Amino acid sequence: MRPLLEVQGIEKRFGTVTAVDGVSLDVAENEFFALLGASGSGKTTLLRMLAGFEDPSGGRVLLDGADITKVPPNHRPVNLMFQSYALFPHMTVRANISYGLEMERLPKAEIARRVDEMLGVIQLEGLAHRKPDQLSGGQKQRVALARALVKRPRLLLLDEPLGALDKKLRSAMQLELKRLQHEVGITFIVVTHDQEEALVMADRIAILKDGKLLQCGTPREVYERPIDRYAADFIGVMNFFEGYPQDGALQVKGATFTSTDPMPQGAAAGAVAAVRPERIRLGRGENTLAGTVRAMAYHGLDLQLHVDTAAGPVTLRLTADVAEAQPLHPGDPVTLGWSARDTRLFPA
Amino acid sequence: MNQRASTALMAPALAWLTALMVVPCLLILALAFFRRGLYGGIEYTFTLENLALVFDPLYAGIFLNSARVAGTAAIIACVIGYAAAYAIAAMPRRHQPMLLFFAVLPFWSNYLIRTYAWIVLLNREGLIVQGARWIGIEGELPPLLYTQGTVIVGLVYSYLPFVILACYAPLSRLNPEIAEASFDLGASSWTTFRRVTLPMTLPGIAVGAVFVFVLSIGNFVTPALLGGGQFQMIGNTIYAQFLTANDWPFGAALSMVLIAIMMGLLFLQTLAVERGSGGRVRDA
Ligand SMILES: Nc1ncnc2c1ncn2[C@@H]1O[C@H](COP(=O)(O)OP(=O)(O)O)[C@@H](O)[C@H]1O
Ligand SMILES: [Mg+2]
Repeated sequence: MRPLLEVQGIEKRFGTVTAVDGVSLDVAENEFFALLGASGSGKTTLLRMLAGFEDPSGGRVLLDGADITKVPPNHRPVNLMFQSYALFPHMTVRANISYGLEMERLPKAEIARRVDEMLGVIQLEGLAHRKPDQLSGGQKQRVALARALVKRPRLLLLDEPLGALDKKLRSAMQLELKRLQHEVGITFIVVTHDQEEALVMADRIAILKDGKLLQCGTPREVYERPIDRYAADFIGVMNFFEGYPQDGALQVKGATFTSTDPMPQGAAAGAVAAVRPERIRLGRGENTLAGTVRAMAYHGLDLQLHVDTAAGPVTLRLTADVAEAQPLHPGDPVTLGWSARDTRLFPA
Repeated sequence: MNQRASTALMAPALAWLTALMVVPCLLILALAFFRRGLYGGIEYTFTLENLALVFDPLYAGIFLNSARVAGTAAIIACVIGYAAAYAIAAMPRRHQPMLLFFAVLPFWSNYLIRTYAWIVLLNREGLIVQGARWIGIEGELPPLLYTQGTVIVGLVYSYLPFVILACYAPLSRLNPEIAEASFDLGASSWTTFRRVTLPMTLPGIAVGAVFVFVLSIGNFVTPALLGGGQFQMIGNTIYAQFLTANDWPFGAALSMVLIAIMMGLLFLQTLAVERGSGGRVRDA
C-alpha cells in the first residue's frame, strides 16, 4: 500500500545554515509518527515545510501520491498544532474551534454539531465561552488540539504538543494523545525532544541530528538497535566502553568483550562497546567486569546501581526481588556480566 | 513596590499637573457661569446663558463641522498610518527602528514651519501650480489653499506619526504564528487580516484615531493658516472669543463642552485598550 506521506530528499537552507539536510521518510496512514531530535536539529523547520509555511530549498512532499510541495498552507489537508498553541486571543474557545470549519463554509448546524462533539472529546464543554487567557496551560493545549482535529485533516502535525506542561500532566497527556489518535483515526506526526515521550507514544520514531535523518524505526528498533553512538546515547541510558579490536573481540581497559555485531568498519582506529543497564546482571556472563559499588538509587520497581570498574563507571538496573535477595552496600565488590547478544559495537 | 513608595514617586507629577494645569483650567471653566461685562471683563453674577448659547444652531453647527473635519482627518490618518505601520512591522526587525525614525522625523520640526511649508507648496503661485503650468496645464486651476480639504490634508499630515506609532506597537508585538494558524485552518490572507490581525490590533487604531480626532477638533493653527479663515472650526471660535471678541465667559463655555467631548473619547479609548490587551507574544 502506498504511504500517506512521502518526503523525498527535502532540504531547507537559511542563508548559510542548513536547517534540514536531505531528509527522506514515509509515513503510513493512521500511524503515530514521532520526530525526535535535540534542540536546533531542524524538527520545527521540517514540520513547517510539511504544513506549507516554509518553501523547501530542495526535495518534494507527496500526500496520497500527489505533489503538494508548492501548495499553500490554506489549501493543504494538513493541520499544524503550533508549539506556542497560537490560539486566537480575541475569540472564545468555541469560536477558536469553529474557525477552521467556517473557512470550509459548512452549514451552521453542522459546524455547531462538530464543535460540540469536539468539546466533548477534549472535555471542555463547560469552558466553551472562555477566552484563551482564562485557561490553564493544559486547557489551552487541548483547545489547540481540538481546533486542528475538528477539521479532520489527512495529517496532523504537532510541534512539541506537551512541551509547556508539567511532568505529571505530560505523562497523562501522552496516553491521552495516543488514545485520541486511535479514536479519531488521523495520522499524527509529533515533534519532541523527549526520547521517553517518543518511546511511549509513537508507532515509529525518526531521529534527527543536525538536520539529517539519523535513524528511523519502531521504538523497539531504535532502542535495541541504535545505528550509532549518538543515537544510542540519545535514546535511553547506555554504558559505553572504548577500546581496540583484537581477534574479533573488543579489548577495553581491564577486559575483553565479545559481541554478535560485526566489528565496525575502520575499527582499527578504535571502537565502542555499548550495553543497556537492564541487560547487565550480577555474576559472570559472556562479557564480565569486576568493580566496586559506588552508589545506589532506589526507583520503586527497581534499583539503579552505579559501579566503578577498570573500564569506567557502569550503570545497571536490578529488579526489586534481585536487589532484596542479595543486599548490596556502597564499597562492596561486585561482578557484572552480560551476553554477547546484548553488546552493541559502534565506530568510535 | 509598596503603596506609599508609589504615591511618593507620583507626587511631583500630580502636584505639577494640579498646580499648573488642573487649577488654571478649572478657573477658566468657572468663568462660563458668569456674565460678560459690558466692555469685556467679567460680571460675577451666575448664569447658564453662555452654556445655552453653545447649543445655538450657529455654534452647534461649528461643533458639528469641526467634528466632521476632525473625524475625516482621523479616518484618513488611520488608513494611511495603519498601512505604513503594517509595512514597517513586516520588514526585517533590524530595519524597523530606522523606518520608524523616518516616519516620525517631521514631528520633530516646528509645527508652524511645517504648516507654512504647505502654504508655499499650495498657494496660487506655489510649487504645485508652477509645476502644473510647466507640464502644460492651462486655464483656471481649482483652489488648492483655503479649502476644507486643505485643512484635512494638513491635519492628517501633522498627526500621521502618532497613528503610525500607535498602530506599530500592537502590530510588532503580534505573534506571527497566530496569523499562520489562521492560514493553516484554511483562511485566505484577506480573511486572516479581517478576522485575526485587524481585531487584535484594533486598540492601536483606536488610540491613533482618538489622538487625531482630539488634537484636530481643538486645533486652531491649521484651520487659520490652511483654511485662511474661510470657515470656522471650534478651535478658531474659542480663540476668537478670548482674543478678539473679548467674551471670556462664552469662550469658557465653548471650551467646557470641547473638553467634555475630549474626555469622553479618551475614556472610551482607555476602555478599548484594556479590552483588547490579549494576544501578545508571551515571553517563552
Ligand atoms: N527563520 C529562520 N532563519 C534562520 N535560521 C533558522 C530559521 N528557522 C530555523 N533556523 C535555524 O535552523 C536550525 C533548526 O531550527 P529548528 O527547526 O527550529 O530546530 P528544532 O525545532 O529542532 O529545535 C537552527 O539552527 C535554527 O537556528
Ligand atoms: Mg522547535
